[in-house]
Amino acid sequence: MTNDLYEVKTGLAEMLKGGVIMDVTTPKQAEIAEKAGAVAVMALERIPADIRRDGGIARASDPKMIKEIQAAVSIPVMAKCRIGHFAEAQILEALEIDYIDESEVLTPADEANHIWKHDFKTPFVCGATNLAEALRRIGEGAALIRTKGEPGTGNIVEAVRHMRTINMEMAHLSKLRADELMAAAKNMGAPFHLVDQVAKTGKLPVPNFSAGGIATPADASLMMQLGAETIFVGSGIFKSEESSLMAKAIVQAATFYDKPDKLAEISEGLGKAMKGLDMSEITPDERMQDRGW
Amino acid sequence: MEPRPEYDDLTIGVVALQGSFAKHAYSMGRLGIKSRAVREPGDLKLIDALILPGGESTTMTLLLEQEGMWEPMNEALETLPVFGTCAGAILLGQQIDDERVRCFNKIEYTAERNAYGRQIESFSTSLIMPSLLDHDFHAIFIRAPKFRDISPKVLQLAVFGADPVLLRQGKVLVASFHPELTEDSGIHKYFVDEIVLKSR
Repeated sequence: MTNDLYEVKTGLAEMLKGGVIMDVTTPKQAEIAEKAGAVAVMALERIPADIRRDGGIARASDPKMIKEIQAAVSIPVMAKCRIGHFAEAQILEALEIDYIDESEVLTPADEANHIWKHDFKTPFVCGATNLAEALRRIGEGAALIRTKGEPGTGNIVEAVRHMRTINMEMAHLSKLRADELMAAAKNMGAPFHLVDQVAKTGKLPVPNFSAGGIATPADASLMMQLGAETIFVGSGIFKSEESSLMAKAIVQAATFYDKPDKLAEISEGLGKAMKGLDMSEITPDERMQDRGW
Repeated sequence: MEPRPEYDDLTIGVVALQGSFAKHAYSMGRLGIKSRAVREPGDLKLIDALILPGGESTTMTLLLEQEGMWEPMNEALETLPVFGTCAGAILLGQQIDDERVRCFNKIEYTAERNAYGRQIESFSTSLIMPSLLDHDFHAIFIRAPKFRDISPKVLQLAVFGADPVLLRQGKVLVASFHPELTEDSGIHKYFVDEIVLKSR
């Protein structure tokens, strides 16, 4: 048995493509998510909207709760650790979590350094707001990138901004001459070998998912049409009026994201989506997307 | 690999509800073979063979049933050659003892889901499959199933340790690993040359 870890780490992300990963806080919610067709669940103590409301320090979840969720479902279970908090990540690995999210939703533990993710056998997903940030995380060993968006808002505007930014920056790199790439890497503050790879292939070296503000089937379709390969839904499901209906509908939308007729059917009669927040209602120090670099 | 003229009028359907469907299409494309995403019952009429990709068998079951695909596909699989990987292999076997997953009973084994454990137990390894390939195959196992209660009618084309991992019964080919994740289209070529073309 060889240990070609990277392909094994990105391999699981490949299996999640075209699917929906749902935030859950109890085994009951995990079962609802699995029954609705989620490809994975993210186990956390409070969904981002509640973390935002409650304030205080948000940390990795209680192992007891994580284990109960692992026991409740057969799909992969992910969990979040604080940015830079490699001890929380080690605990999540000991719990055999399937994917660790080094997440801006929790209060950062280190403002200078992210986790050196190559040290772990468990794959990591990290958020990014632009290409340079994505490549720094991949350089540290992330096997999956997602847009940060603005978690817990039910507002898609930031996820759109981040996805479009990453796409535009990749398109720009692919137009550069070889002798311009080192300067590009310097200006971006991103590892040269990854800048070079994106310039050659026109895409990220790992799968690219979307998170942060997705609240309806149309939001899921929008992000997938912009290039997301899978959707994370945080507060959008369990803050909606009819969680189970909304969950099912977003799962269908991730498959039929390019079929407007089908999306019209899927979107019908789902009850109220989560209320959501306009970006102007959030003060600069409440912006989760600015955590990490 | 040189494209064969017999490939020109072939279309391989890839069930594209969720999972590694794009990778399977890419593996076929590398052989010069057309593929078509299968998401609705009508798509089944336009293909010469079917691939059930890796992904989550629970999600695929739900989407197949919701989209009215399960029955037409079950019927189509009476005649269509089919290749299933990982979750696809679980769905093609005998019904498992798990109400979240509905199986097609097209090949005689019962799959055990996530039999190696969680993601931390996922791995890659080198397999020999002398009846198919003149080289070793780099196989990636992701939360892979194991095949239990395999009928003697099922051909075992590759094993990993004590576990058969590539099986064939008639027009049904299954792998518990992910040939679609590697740059080697050897197993896809075997499926087309030895199963799809020979059953036309």
